[in-house]
Amino acid sequence: MTQANSVETSTPTPQKQRKAVALISGGLDSLLAAKVIQEQGIHVEGINFYTGFCVEGHTHAIRKKDKDKQKRNNALWVAEQLGIKLHIIDISEEYKDIVLNPKHGYGANLNPCLDCKIFMVNQAQAWAWAEENGFDFIITGEVIGQRPKSQRKETMPIIARESGADDRLLRPLCAKNLLPTLPEREGWVDREKLYDFSGRSRKPQFELAKKFGFDDFAQPAGGCCFLTDANYSAKLADLWEARGERRYELDDIMLLKVGRHIRPKPNFKLIVSREEGENNFLQGYKKQFTSIHTVSHGGPLTLLDGSFDKDDIKLAAQIVARYSGGKSANAVTVQIENFNGTSYVMDVPPMPAHEVKEEWHV
Amino acid sequence: MSYKHSLDCSNLLCPMPVIRTQNALKELAIGDTLEVICTDPGTLSDIPTWCRINQQEVIDTKEHDNQIIFIIKKTAN
Ligand code: SF4
Repeated sequence: MTQANSVETSTPTPQKQRKAVALISGGLDSLLAAKVIQEQGIHVEGINFYTGFCVEGHTHAIRKKDKDKQKRNNALWVAEQLGIKLHIIDISEEYKDIVLNPKHGYGANLNPCLDCKIFMVNQAQAWAWAEENGFDFIITGEVIGQRPKSQRKETMPIIARESGADDRLLRPLCAKNLLPTLPEREGWVDREKLYDFSGRSRKPQFELAKKFGFDDFAQPAGGCCFLTDANYSAKLADLWEARGERRYELDDIMLLKVGRHIRPKPNFKLIVSREEGENNFLQGYKKQFTSIHTVSHGGPLTLLDGSFDKDDIKLAAQIVARYSGGKSANAVTVQIENFNGTSYVMDVPPMPAHEVKEEWHV
Repeated sequence: MSYKHSLDCSNLLCPMPVIRTQNALKELAIGDTLEVICTDPGTLSDIPTWCRINQQEVIDTKEHDNQIIFIIKKTAN
């Protein structure tokens, strides 16, 4: 009998196509992890969480002198490379609790990496079940032995356990060093085709990237967010100290990324723009803050944050004058605008450079 | 021309304008257009990229003063 499909041949029951949500940070590891799983015929969609502290865009976008530099959002770029949908979720409100009260503590700076990862996996799962119902598992690009803290081997089970994702959290790049997860045991993915990367060397990732034909991927020097940055963390700590409580709004953490922050007295600080892009950005805050700008000379726009009296405003105006084109003039005319729209002008002598104390710079 | 569906993302930094756009489009029907007003120059790259990967169509982009205005047509769910 030559018929190809004889009646005796049992047609295999078609396997349900499994769906995975990949946590896309924008870095190479999340790109590779998602690709490895995609290659196994799994339907992958990406999810990216916005905490308010993400490095993406932001300061690069604000500062005009960077205008020519590419300002792509790496998570979007990764999704485009993979040809997958990307859902960006604003978790900045819920995330506050992680930053303010991390159960597992902070890393080197104010980065609550372990709690952050648990939270994100949790969110991804909750989101997947609720929104799409039918996503079978979660993928992350974590590799043992790499920074941040949540990528160390001993913390891996904590993330899976506490996130509630348990068995459905697959880390394709280091899966072979870990116990098989549900997607492996069920045969949705072939464990043999997963990886056993470990350690700090990035070589295996680069080789895999080459194999897949990816180049031009982002290689962030620090972590994925501003909280790993020592200067940024110092500014955040300063803000909490000045307010006498650990609290922040989204605007606060945006403004920590912009301008020079100078605190001449504990009760207030100046946010002085450094160039045109920052100037434009700070303009948007004039209805929320008292602002100072120079009239007689070219100069930066400055916001005042905190509580201040007349003498404080004069002191601030002198500092602003110091950063203006009139820094060597006898007097500089500045305009003070209250957030309610009222304004007045005053002439002040610019503060001599040596009087702007080093410790005022936050 | 004024658009029935308009979203003001002035002073918001990426990715907030992208998130707002994504969420606003969810509420619209296929074929509807949405005007999105932005000030972050990063949106010039991010909004079209987001639209491309999620199969939405940017039908116009205008820049004047410090504003960037996108007109987006919802073409997929
Ligand atoms: S560096 Fe990454 S893991 Fe750590 S707190 Fe920031 S976003 Fe979370």
